[in-house]
Amino acid sequence: MAAMVIVGGGQAAGQNVASLRQAGYEGEIVLIGDESHPPYQRPPLSKQYLSGEHGVERLHLRPPTFYQDKNIDLKLGVTVTDIDTQSHQVKCSSGENIEYEKLLIATGSRPRILNAPGSELPGIFYLRTIDDVDRIREAMSSARSVCIVGGGYIGLEVASVAITSGLNVTVLEMEDRILQRVTTPEMSNFYHELHSAHGVNILTNTAVQGFSGDGKVEQVLCGEQRIEADLVIIGIGIIPNVELADAAGIYCENGIVVDDHCQTSEADIFAAGDCSNHPNPILQRRLRLESVPNAMEQARVTAANMLGDDTTYSSIPWFWSDQYDLKLQMVGFSSDGDAQIVRGEKSANQFAVFYLKDGAVVAVDAVNSPREFMVCKQLYGQTVDQVQLQDPNVDLKTLLHA
Amino acid sequence: MPLIKFIEHDGTAHDIQANNGDSIMITAINNLVPGIDADCGGECSCATCHVIVDSAWTEKARTLGENENAMLDLNPDREVNSRLSCQIEVSDDLDGIIINLPEFQY
Repeated sequence: MAAMVIVGGGQAAGQNVASLRQAGYEGEIVLIGDESHPPYQRPPLSKQYLSGEHGVERLHLRPPTFYQDKNIDLKLGVTVTDIDTQSHQVKCSSGENIEYEKLLIATGSRPRILNAPGSELPGIFYLRTIDDVDRIREAMSSARSVCIVGGGYIGLEVASVAITSGLNVTVLEMEDRILQRVTTPEMSNFYHELHSAHGVNILTNTAVQGFSGDGKVEQVLCGEQRIEADLVIIGIGIIPNVELADAAGIYCENGIVVDDHCQTSEADIFAAGDCSNHPNPILQRRLRLESVPNAMEQARVTAANMLGDDTTYSSIPWFWSDQYDLKLQMVGFSSDGDAQIVRGEKSANQFAVFYLKDGAVVAVDAVNSPREFMVCKQLYGQTVDQVQLQDPNVDLKTLLHA
Repeated sequence: MPLIKFIEHDGTAHDIQANNGDSIMITAINNLVPGIDADCGGECSCATCHVIVDSAWTEKARTLGENENAMLDLNPDREVNSRLSCQIEVSDDLDGIIINLPEFQY
């Protein structure tokens, strides 16, 4: 009998199989993941797992025994090489063919590779998987200096962990400010100063031209500059894994294109998580998100729809990043705003920047300000009293009931 | 192994034998108890593991953390005994605890 088949072993995949069982589905479920680990959380990889605060068990979405207990067939270390939409089968690297009743493609994304002379040298790492971090941690244990290529959230989280553990840290950013792709100049400036104050050397407008070293990386070459580094960690963005879907004739454009039910262009095939290009009815445009909450929610929506339900995906995107003792929580996209309101004190490392468009709240960047984060989720799209919003003495609850 | 009694918003009860040291959130997730999303995985970053602890158990469930309180503060379903279940650690003291689940997570 045909099964529910999930390609991928990340958070969307792990949540989807759990949601299928939670909904009472008793048929066969097969999850095929190319990593050797059962589905796990990726966000702690660049934070608590890198620092050693969390062990590997803490990363698992559910303990390995869960899948046995719930009769979920985990095929780990196995790659799906082909989807045959006609016969409703997937072909695996193990040689096995598996027939699907419904198929979820949750292949996620992979790090964008920096191609430059010397980029194959040992000591140059990307950070996406448990195995990546295990290698990085081993290299860090004997290193004195680390060079991080890319001033995005991953790079800055790694910088935070590395400098806290006593390494010399340099961050190279090719744009004129860190976090350029994801936030405003003001927030970039705040985080630049934060990292500088902790001793991180941030070089903007600095493009990597190559790497050199004798048998392993020793220097990062940026024009005239040479950055000494015992190890290099590259975090310059991710690429959605669409090749499998694309080869099967599924419509892909900046991700696997799905409708508001996470359904692809092919019957009985869904996509969820980082690899999906999906419509967001609240933001009224298509998005491809690199986000755990999105992966989890799409996994739930997909599970319902795989079982014949009629569930629409509709959630406001949100994100978080932990650096030092600062918790940054974000709702929406600051680039959607045409005005900003700051609530709280930047100098006290406790503030929130609300972004408004035509007077309506469309985003927040909340630093150590969970109330502001939570209120933004509820105020999204609504106009607010701007004087009250920026006054930290005004209880945010009064804004909700206004 | 302490017994945790989860009660869904519609009254459906789930009696779960929990492991000491796990959080109430993890206990619910590992046993497919509906009503808890736990998107952030237990980092007190998302507030989608909101529960209401039965009033008889408030003290044994230990105190509400500052960050936890702030995350719950704007929750429209917040009650006096609201907690984030990722912040409650299971121990023998909690044997028999009753955990009520809200209708929605925000």
